[in-house]
Amino acid sequence: MSLTRRTFLGLAGAAVLAPARARAQTAGPRVVVVGGGFGGASCARALRQLEPKIVVTLVEASATFTACPFSNAVIGGLRELSAQQFGYARVAADGITLVQAMATGVDAAAKTVTLADGRRLPYDRLVLAPGIDIRWGALSGYDEAAAAVMPHAWKAGEQTLLLRRQLEAMDDGGLVVISAPGNPFRCPPGPYERASLIAHFLKTRKPKSKLLVLDAKDTFSKQRLFQAAWAELYPGLLEWVPLSKGGAVTSVDPATLTLTTDFGKHQAKVANVIPPQKAGRIAEVAGATDRSGWCPIDPVTFESKLQPAIHVIGDAAIAGAMPKSAFAANSQAKSCAAAIATLLAGGTPAMPKLINTCYSLVAPDYGISVAGVYTPTNGQLADVPGAGGLSPATAPRGARQAEAVLAEAWFRTITGEAFG
Amino acid sequence: MTKFLAAAIGLVSIAAAVTASPASGQPPAGAAACSGCHPVSSRVSSPVVRLAGMERESIVRALQEFRAGTRTGTIMDRIAKGFTDDEIQALAAWFAAQPK
Repeated sequence: MSLTRRTFLGLAGAAVLAPARARAQTAGPRVVVVGGGFGGASCARALRQLEPKIVVTLVEASATFTACPFSNAVIGGLRELSAQQFGYARVAADGITLVQAMATGVDAAAKTVTLADGRRLPYDRLVLAPGIDIRWGALSGYDEAAAAVMPHAWKAGEQTLLLRRQLEAMDDGGLVVISAPGNPFRCPPGPYERASLIAHFLKTRKPKSKLLVLDAKDTFSKQRLFQAAWAELYPGLLEWVPLSKGGAVTSVDPATLTLTTDFGKHQAKVANVIPPQKAGRIAEVAGATDRSGWCPIDPVTFESKLQPAIHVIGDAAIAGAMPKSAFAANSQAKSCAAAIATLLAGGTPAMPKLINTCYSLVAPDYGISVAGVYTPTNGQLADVPGAGGLSPATAPRGARQAEAVLAEAWFRTITGEAFG
Repeated sequence: MTKFLAAAIGLVSIAAAVTASPASGQPPAGAAACSGCHPVSSRVSSPVVRLAGMERESIVRALQEFRAGTRTGTIMDRIAKGFTDDEIQALAAWFAAQPK
């Protein structure tokens, strides 16, 4: 089937999905994937690779994907946002029907997805990969209007550029404050990589300034590596305040750029509020979220424990020991695709093994990483004992440089697999 | 730098995966995850080794040495510890059978 025909069908709606020329495709089972990020795009492509008979439709509201990994380097002035952006032409070239629309509803009984314009897409299996939404109002004072003044920059795009512009406009000697949320949230090492690269920006451009990280936690991802690097690279510039020392921000005031904790108030020149989060809205609409706001799943198939024939992957899923990372989403996407292909063929999905690999930059030439290997254990995705872990606590600078190079290669490879 | 990057694991060959039947020809446990770092697409430039069509024995040896800590790696030493001998054999056979 030609790309043109498939694209046309996608735009014209599911009702006409049965011309003679498309019989081989339309005779096959239908999988709809909602969300075109690292999870959704990778899953759609993996399904087509595993079983070309499956008719795959990818629903995504944006024409362009803006990647979060490496967006902290954009904030720190080391990279342009355009390097983070990817289109879907090559995804479509795999024979996947792209539907550029917002998915607004799911009827789990009728097995249809409703789009903003009222169209309905029927499915045999649905994959939800919606990423995160901000829990507006969960932090007192932090609503959408506040985010225009105190950016979260936790979904890459305009928010990323806003934070960068604020840092560039700040006078030397200003106080920058980052508020880091409690668990769970997207990209566990992300706030600390961001702190590192903002500190690098301040050190090189505005050295009289100070960066305060107010944290709702006492421990965080790659902590000993970050803290050792901060002591070496940014002494006196970057201060981390844990929960036990009054780090938890209880309210914010965008009018005065004030962040309030149980221990006092901090008035910032630039305030980056990384707020509490939840699964992307369509997961809630579909009835796939529990009271935590995230989606419980079967660890073998990623099928929702709440809604049959709906699978959830990526940040929105409760994936046990796996972090909410791009690599985890990509790894889950391929496991989920294999399970769906097997289920649609009437088989029993095999026990999977999944991997996470996550690099953080502490400086442009200083990378650190965490890795993990996971397998279903007692109904949860659990760490394989003895595997994974952090970069060595002490390592020659060449090893840190090598990890910075590998971090960039990681980005090219994973974005290539999802979009290239 | 080379010694940090001279690693060996796998990736899913697109061509082979397309011809595989879901019931019987899926990649072994763990194989699909490898392509997040080990590129499949010729359009991706990376210092990380491509393993489609690599010799089976060299994949087995690399993974066993990473797991034992006798081969230096940046991250593969940590990942290889998550795989059993049988899994390593299955991964190596799978990737060796993929066309370059």
